[in-house]
Amino acid sequence: MPRWMAPLAVLAATVVLLPIVATVARLDWSRLPELLTAPAALDALGLSLATAAISTCLCLMLGLPLGYALATWRSRFKPAVRALVLAPLVLPPVVGGLALLYAFGRRGLLGGALEDAGLSLAFTTAAVVVAQTFVAMPFMVLATESALGAQAGHHEALAGTLGASRSTTLWHVTLPALRPALITGTVLAFARALGEFGATLTFAGSMPGVTRTLPLEIYLQRETDADAAVALAVLLVAVAVTVVALAYRPLSARTPAGAGR
Amino acid sequence: MTLVLAGCSTASAGDDRVLTVYAAASLTDVFAQLEEAYEAEHPHVDVVVVHGGSAELAATIVEGAPADVFASANEAQMEAVQELTAAPPTIFATNTLTLVVEDGNPLRLAGLDDLAREDVVSVVCAPQVPCGAATLELAAAEGATLAPSSQESSVTDVLGKVAAGQADAGVVYVTDVARASGVEQVEIDGAAAVVNSYPIAPMSGGESLDLAASFVDLVLGDAGQRVLAEAGFGSP
Repeated sequence: MPRWMAPLAVLAATVVLLPIVATVARLDWSRLPELLTAPAALDALGLSLATAAISTCLCLMLGLPLGYALATWRSRFKPAVRALVLAPLVLPPVVGGLALLYAFGRRGLLGGALEDAGLSLAFTTAAVVVAQTFVAMPFMVLATESALGAQAGHHEALAGTLGASRSTTLWHVTLPALRPALITGTVLAFARALGEFGATLTFAGSMPGVTRTLPLEIYLQRETDADAAVALAVLLVAVAVTVVALAYRPLSARTPAGAGR
Repeated sequence: MTLVLAGCSTASAGDDRVLTVYAAASLTDVFAQLEEAYEAEHPHVDVVVVHGGSAELAATIVEGAPADVFASANEAQMEAVQELTAAPPTIFATNTLTLVVEDGNPLRLAGLDDLAREDVVSVVCAPQVPCGAATLELAAAEGATLAPSSQESSVTDVLGKVAAGQADAGVVYVTDVARASGVEQVEIDGAAAVVNSYPIAPMSGGESLDLAASFVDLVLGDAGQRVLAEAGFGSP
């Protein structure tokens, strides 16, 4: 790294870390055990972890095929389609929630059909999962597509000449090579789902134990008890940081293992 | 670009001073009119109104936001900033709760009791926020049982859920229904028993104490009270 970049790197770290440090500094340590073990806090944490886990699985199951399709699709419409798929990344949270309402709400495009089928999403935990999947999906699609794009496809071609079917090639050649990217995509999708706020509030509502995830509980607690909001926010950050630290190591650290396969 | 710059320079030439008013979200339309009236009387003052939830506004004021005037939708949030007020707060308006339903009231809802009906999806404010506390108080006074599908963080979210058709009914303030489209209100019996008061006070954190006092006078005076009454607010 050129020496002139060092101050910029320090500045970048400060921009990201200072607000987190400042939040931790606001913690009221004496009340922390009581605040973190409050039934409302535990309900919200449990709901957040469960919904984020389900949403992440959905992102993996659906985002991987979509990323694969985008990487191999040859069409002049591809840039436009890719940009649209990534739209949830830039949509303001509340607009994302409104968009989901227009699609799956009781008066939405599919809402009437869902309602007739007895699948009303309104104010259910399933609506939280839909909102989280919507906002987290782009991370999985992008990770898969860019990793595939970076590979030449020689190994797949070779597997094909050896008589392997497309599915066999996918499971035994492509996916193992994509492992680092898939882990990155999964971790980012989980973190994004865990922090999801605006779309959930607008689309799913806020009911303890049903739709009130940790971010929504934090938003509500802030009205009456700023200490509780800060404690829960630090808990949310701690959970996310732990997950990321456990699952995610820089790509370079993995390369030797990946190259050995 | 040139146009924008030209716009800026005219504005700064005409506006020698700025008066920053922090006002609860439910006051958005009213304070837009009061801003115009004040600027007409004081051509060298630019009134900047910052809207938000009262709790949010109070929190930013405590953190040092440069507010000259704070108009809160409840007394609790005014108490939260009481050390920063330049004069004792005055109640300038009141508001009462009402049922909000889809236009035409297709489910024929008649009052709070109907919210517990099996075929009715209802939303209310969470007990932690002022409108939710008032809703609980009113339900207790009326002996009604609530069975909400969601406890929203703000009255705007309750209104949004009903306006979008996600919920059939919600409990909001009378003035909120007046601001929304596609919905109508169903009066709640005994609603007048639970009154929400709006206090206003000049703040010491700002830079225009004299202007702040005259803005508060405008709100409390005939002109201000007329605009508030037109929007559905009750008098103090």
